[in-house]
Amino acid sequence: MRLLARGTSLFLLMVGWLTSSCQQNGVFSTTQLDLQTETISTEFKNPWSFTILPDGRMLVTEKEGELFVLENGVKSEPVAGLPEIFVRGQGGLMDLELHPSYNENGWIYISYGSSSDGRQGNTTVMRAKLEGNTLTDQEVIFKAEPDSRKGQHWGGRMEFDNEGYLYISVGDRGARDENPQSLENHSGKIHRVHDDGSVPSDNPFVNVEGAIATIYSYGHRNPQGMALNPGSGEIWTHEHGPRGGDELNVIRAGNNYGWPVITYGINYNGTEITPLTDKEGMQQPVTYWVPSIAPCGMTFITGDIYPEWEGSIILGSLKYQYLHRCEMLGNKVIMQEKVLDGFGRMRTVRQGPDGYLYCSIEGKGIFKIIPVRS
Amino acid sequence: MKVWIIPLLAACIVSFQQDNDLAASMERGKEIYEDFCITCHQADGKGLPGAFPPLAESDYLLKKREASIRAVKYGQQGEIVVNDVTYNAIMTPLYLADDEVADVMNYILHSWGNDGGDIVTVEEVEKVKEAEEAKE
Repeated sequence: MRLLARGTSLFLLMVGWLTSSCQQNGVFSTTQLDLQTETISTEFKNPWSFTILPDGRMLVTEKEGELFVLENGVKSEPVAGLPEIFVRGQGGLMDLELHPSYNENGWIYISYGSSSDGRQGNTTVMRAKLEGNTLTDQEVIFKAEPDSRKGQHWGGRMEFDNEGYLYISVGDRGARDENPQSLENHSGKIHRVHDDGSVPSDNPFVNVEGAIATIYSYGHRNPQGMALNPGSGEIWTHEHGPRGGDELNVIRAGNNYGWPVITYGINYNGTEITPLTDKEGMQQPVTYWVPSIAPCGMTFITGDIYPEWEGSIILGSLKYQYLHRCEMLGNKVIMQEKVLDGFGRMRTVRQGPDGYLYCSIEGKGIFKIIPVRS
Repeated sequence: MKVWIIPLLAACIVSFQQDNDLAASMERGKEIYEDFCITCHQADGKGLPGAFPPLAESDYLLKKREASIRAVKYGQQGEIVVNDVTYNAIMTPLYLADDEVADVMNYILHSWGNDGGDIVTVEEVEKVKEAEEAKE
């Protein structure tokens, strides 16, 4: 049965590979939709993430440690009041997330690298409010330990679920044999906290001696995409595999996602990491990608703008510079295709309050994706 | 004892010392490479056709030493031509310290059959940095 499932997934992958989009006169064609892009701003170097406020203003993080407000395409001066940000390798100023009750309380959640000694760091979350062009009421609500000098695998994605819990991803920080399978550190985990950073009393490992109480799931490598599935209310993530073996996962309490005991990937030098792709007690991904697409950013499509894509997952590919669409039937991927092929290194993709998809691209800027309908 | 043997011996010792320095620097550089660079440029230094340029037998790396140091220190954006192929992917800044830039440069300049000449020193990286900061 497992073999069959694996075969099916490979087959779907191949079908997906065939249905790639093409571009003509600025129109990108896909199987069901023709799309155009509208430039929102090209004034960003590495816009790691963005979020759109209810009034339409956009907040944008520059990975190198600056935050901007974008209003009608005009970029503000850097927002004041950010914490000291430790930038190294893949870490820096990362994700933004609004509180589900943002209209009432104004909380903005910011993930970033922080360091206690200026040499090594780990993923940290602050919440703050925006007044004018300044952050106020700053509170650090989460800090992953231990700090590391490694440049890789910070995770850094955040998402709220329908009950108001905040989920935070932290990558394995380049120590795969020490971190992901141990419950005694924060790295290689998905964490769940209340909106003020306190630990929910029903988190899966609160009663395990020595375990970090915020851990919700473990055995992760580097999850850089996280989204609430509006259909099921569950948190989904994807993560970078090593060479091959990027995964799409449904996150459930206490689950072990297996890194590095099981993986569909291999070492960058071609050697084997583990002979195992599955093991009792470890979760299989919804789907996986060989070769790697280097997924980043993720959202489930809802609403009236892209009805053909209702329920699909859209995620970015850093490696091949396109958006990747997974058409879903329940928790199964039934078709995959490339969207905006070659458009750029996608960091974050979101639907705005207006229902349109927006994406931020390394070295390029922020763009709106509009269906072309005749 | 013949007098000429003394400078010869000194030259040998200096050269031996440099080889040792290079080997140690490459060793440190390998670790940095496997952390910061390998995802795109791959373990064999061949990069990824169509996306990321090769470092192995790269004319750009071997001939444009200063530009290469600058790219490792500050990142790289815009078109570059490597072995007659044009690449236009962005390499975001890595935030490596000057000694780390020197170490990883020494690793890539002397791996995969590359003959990258003299050892890159921290002073050389600092000079590139001064030039770059003067520009700003």
